[in-house]
Amino acid sequence: MKNSCPHSVFQKEIAREGIIHRKMIRALIVLLIVVMIIPFPAIADGNQTMSVQVKDAQVRSTPSFMGRLVTTLSYGAKVQVQTEKGDWAKIGPGWIHASALTPKEIVLKAGAADVDRYASGEEVALAGKGFNKQVEGAHKAANPNLDYGWVDRMEGFTVSGDEMRRFIREGDLSPEGGVQ
Amino acid sequence: MKTDRNRRAFLISAGKTGLAITAGPALAALLAGCETMGQITEVGSNIAASTGLISHDQAASLTRSGHAVAKTFTDITPEQEYYIGRTVGAVILEKYRPYSDTNANRYVNLLGQSLAQVSDMPQTYGGYHFLILDSDDINALSAPGGLIFVTRGLLRCCRSEDAAAAVLAHEIGHVQLQHGLQAIKKSRITSAIAIIGVESAKTFAGQDLANLTQAFEGAITDITKTLINNGYSRSYEYSADQAAATIMGRLGYDPNGLADMLMEMEQRLDPGGLGFAKTHPDPAARISSIEKHIGRYRPVAPPSSRQARFEKALVRI
Repeated sequence: MKNSCPHSVFQKEIAREGIIHRKMIRALIVLLIVVMIIPFPAIADGNQTMSVQVKDAQVRSTPSFMGRLVTTLSYGAKVQVQTEKGDWAKIGPGWIHASALTPKEIVLKAGAADVDRYASGEEVALAGKGFNKQVEGAHKAANPNLDYGWVDRMEGFTVSGDEMRRFIREGDLSPEGGVQ
Repeated sequence: MKTDRNRRAFLISAGKTGLAITAGPALAALLAGCETMGQITEVGSNIAASTGLISHDQAASLTRSGHAVAKTFTDITPEQEYYIGRTVGAVILEKYRPYSDTNANRYVNLLGQSLAQVSDMPQTYGGYHFLILDSDDINALSAPGGLIFVTRGLLRCCRSEDAAAAVLAHEIGHVQLQHGLQAIKKSRITSAIAIIGVESAKTFAGQDLANLTQAFEGAITDITKTLINNGYSRSYEYSADQAAATIMGRLGYDPNGLADMLMEMEQRLDPGGLGFAKTHPDPAARISSIEKHIGRYRPVAPPSSRQARFEKALVRI
């Protein structure tokens, strides 16, 4: 029994150190959580408005390319960005990729007066300004040898989300983040 | 690897911080060039006003628009990129005949559009679309915005779906890095800026449309000359290869498919020929460059189901 005394003191020491370690780990975890929930500047802004800069923006259920398609948004649509994760922005119904969004407001139709007003604004982009359908038409008229028929046909080559998922499954592919 | 545009959109949303640090040197050069244009517009408008060509009100408006456009035109919108890409595509199709095998084209679109989804720029204004060209040349070309063309000759260099994925992912790399747009001469951009400046100072007139169309035509020539005749710089090609390896890995393809394809290409390529022989670095150099990123080459061993569908889809290629 005599021997047990220093032994138990030693054990207590270990136990106390264990408690201290546990406390330190707990403090670190709390610190980590606090750091993680401190919002980035963009998130701190909260509900920042951005515009869709592509014809059809895909809104997905998860911030992943294989997330289920929830809906599509058209060119110029305004969205409220609630939070961001990597290259993905959370908006009302789901997640949208950064490449589909611009912080500028896109004005689809503007009168002559608006053109002057908006041209001096940095936060606004006029749809159809610069190289547009009209310029393409003028170029086509000057170059009748150019055939846009196949370009139009190419644009008709589309692949749905379901077809893509089947293609991935049947090819025995395992993409990063899995498939939903 | 992210595109400047993606980064830019999110950086601006993040309080406009760090733009100067992360934006590429090319962007910086472009911005510098356009700042100069703002000054030129100002000088030009003052001269025009003092000589009585336009009123002082119009001159003020023109100066203001010139400044605004000088800032915004550097950021060629995805919509403008789309129209540039459509005409680049039409020029490519003037040189090459489309290969109208429906099954083969359907297959390259399934493969290419799936790869594009995992790129850093999955969304472009008009989306990604792929077309096989009926040519024995070993070549692939991408128009800004995502119209991508690949010859039968190049598909014959691919012995697996992983190798074909490498070809398409390399072209997607050029699109996401906006290499095509960077081939446009600065002078075209500055002349287009001047025209758009005038356009926003008054109501749209026929002459402005003609001038803008001329700038458009110049931009198309710059891009197609680079794509078809001169090729991009070696560093652009290597960065497109790196992007390809990343994209392939994300979808579950073996990046060694790129080396596989390059080895086969080396066997078939006529060094003095057209297409890739003229516009791309030597395949051996590309292999050693990509090995630095993906490790030493290991032959690709695709699952039998993947190999079977690849051979079935491209049986007549």
